[in-house]
Amino acid sequence: MEEREKINRLRWRCTRRAMLEMDLLLGEFLDRIYPALTPEQADAFVILADMEDLELWPLVNGSRECPDPVQAEVLALLRNVRVK
Amino acid sequence: MSKLTIPVRKFDAVIVGAGGSGLRAAIQLSEAGLKTAVLSKVFPTRSHTVAAQGGVSASLGNSEDDHWHWHMYDTVKGSDWLGDQDAIEYMCRKAPEVVVELEHFGMPFDRTDEGKIYQRPFGGHMSNFGEKPVRRACAAADRTGHAMLHALYQRNVRANTQFFVEWMALDLMRDDSGQVLGVIALEMETGEVVAFHSKATVFATGGAGRIFYSSTNAFINTGDGLGMAARAGVPLEDMEFWQFHPTGVAGAGVLITEGVRGEGGILRNSTNERFMERYAPNAKDLASRDVVSRAMVTEINEGRGCGPNKDFVLLDITHLDPATIMKRLPGIREISIQFAGIDPIKAPIPVVPTCHYQMGGVPTNYKGQVVSDDGTPIKGFYAAGEVACASVHGANRLGTNSLLDLLVFGKASGDSVIADIKSGEIGLKELPANFADFTLARLNRLNTQTGGANVNETRLELQRTMQKHCGVFRFKDMLVEGVAKILDIEKAVAMTEIKDKSQVWNTARVEALELDNLIEVAKATMVSAEARKESRGAHVRDDAPDTAANPNGRDDVNWHKHTLWHRASNALSYKPVIMTPLSVETIALKTRSY
Repeated sequence: MEEREKINRLRWRCTRRAMLEMDLLLGEFLDRIYPALTPEQADAFVILADMEDLELWPLVNGSRECPDPVQAEVLALLRNVRVK
Repeated sequence: MSKLTIPVRKFDAVIVGAGGSGLRAAIQLSEAGLKTAVLSKVFPTRSHTVAAQGGVSASLGNSEDDHWHWHMYDTVKGSDWLGDQDAIEYMCRKAPEVVVELEHFGMPFDRTDEGKIYQRPFGGHMSNFGEKPVRRACAAADRTGHAMLHALYQRNVRANTQFFVEWMALDLMRDDSGQVLGVIALEMETGEVVAFHSKATVFATGGAGRIFYSSTNAFINTGDGLGMAARAGVPLEDMEFWQFHPTGVAGAGVLITEGVRGEGGILRNSTNERFMERYAPNAKDLASRDVVSRAMVTEINEGRGCGPNKDFVLLDITHLDPATIMKRLPGIREISIQFAGIDPIKAPIPVVPTCHYQMGGVPTNYKGQVVSDDGTPIKGFYAAGEVACASVHGANRLGTNSLLDLLVFGKASGDSVIADIKSGEIGLKELPANFADFTLARLNRLNTQTGGANVNETRLELQRTMQKHCGVFRFKDMLVEGVAKILDIEKAVAMTEIKDKSQVWNTARVEALELDNLIEVAKATMVSAEARKESRGAHVRDDAPDTAANPNGRDDVNWHKHTLWHRASNALSYKPVIMTPLSVETIALKTRSY
């Protein structure tokens, strides 16, 4: 799959989610932070974005710990996204 | 004459949308052995039903006395008497059955100490015909919608329902007789356009809350079913009625469930006053949503809002035991911290009324069959959930009745499909030669448009116009202006341009196609709202004030009727409200007060 297709698929999965909260948070992250991620972090983000909202949410707000160290790095960045 | 063809796949039934109503309908159909396809823009358990946190209402009477007739009364009253009483009786009587059924599907409801389904009070739900709040909402913590979707999805997997995930339905197919023959849909991964030819088509596409700038709805809620129905000549009913949720987080739009007030949350103004005591002395903070929204906006308009701009009020749960908050409302605490920067255990949450739910929709009867102007079913066409207008919510929906609606009418629409196939009423009719022409022309226009409008900018313009001209409070001149503006925006929508012309994962194309649906809903809403010269339920006009002749601005003599908006003429017609229930006496018109 070429890069444009990969990003577009990811954009769809970041901004057509069950909950507005996650549309806002992941959409913002994709635009502002994703381009600067390392390839390993980018892969970890794809895995996180594929999770369901109520599975991902506790990882984002820190009420559940993430066992994967790279995913945990990405979650820390995600946690700092402020949605106006 | 048709110049182009597309692949055709044949099914007994095609369901568009895989949220609660689509999944519930699919269970009926697949378990009856019908070959059933479910199309969804996203994986089923990522549907917006997940966002319904608070509960599903049913008069189980597990914690105190309750009766479906009381539930019916509350729903009719909540609807400001615009709901159809046959459909409301049907829904409230069926509620215990569909909730217990859901329990058997594996729904993890909260339990009482005796092991029964735990029930909590919720706005507008009362015992003994409006006497005092009753515990009627069945919940799974504050994850009711999520748990429901999972239970329904698993049941569908067991029943071999065939899912088409990341497909967007584009248009309805009808023949010259008006019978619905299926839908044409786009697979995002390939860009392929396919006809789903079926005996029955069930719309379960949800609402269109994204027509407003400030909305609790996820981005997915673009009213695709409404757009498709309108383009195919089906009228849209009561589209002026949009519920604004009283408690969206100020700024973000993110929803704070009514369950917070059910657990004891209190609304306060800048003087720390519990102002709902003045507006609804009995129900107080648990009054119906529009009553609470109106009270909040009145407080803000009269200068008693909070914050530097005095533009929000506060939802206070600091007096509750932190253990209760952690146990009953854990998700709400998380949301408040992330989107308002406030821990509600320590400080109150800033909130404003925010667009939340669409009461109108594709007109159906209580069997989930889509009906034409005169009430006769359109052959082969069914709808359930937020896209449909049965009408059980009338001018205003009660909290927890939306999850009930999708269970009851998802099931009913499935049962109607089964009955109509069995009786020979519907079958697989031949497609007309030109069945794909309209859709392919739309796609071709979008692909070849030059010098056109930007999709994002046009959508924002649409949303801002709806918010400003057709929000929670409505003003005559603003509505008139709003109609002209939205018709201007329609011209831009008709010539949107996308730079990306590729086939595979072209999200720009999909967003342009979503905008084609939003504009139909926006027009229907603005035109219907401008025309209705009264206040009723969620439709509140400043030129329809509270008088002795028209309490709360409601004018039953002239406006106790359903609106039907017709796309082709951009004109309205009206039909009577069904006041005759199925078995009990009419709940007669009366002033709505809490």
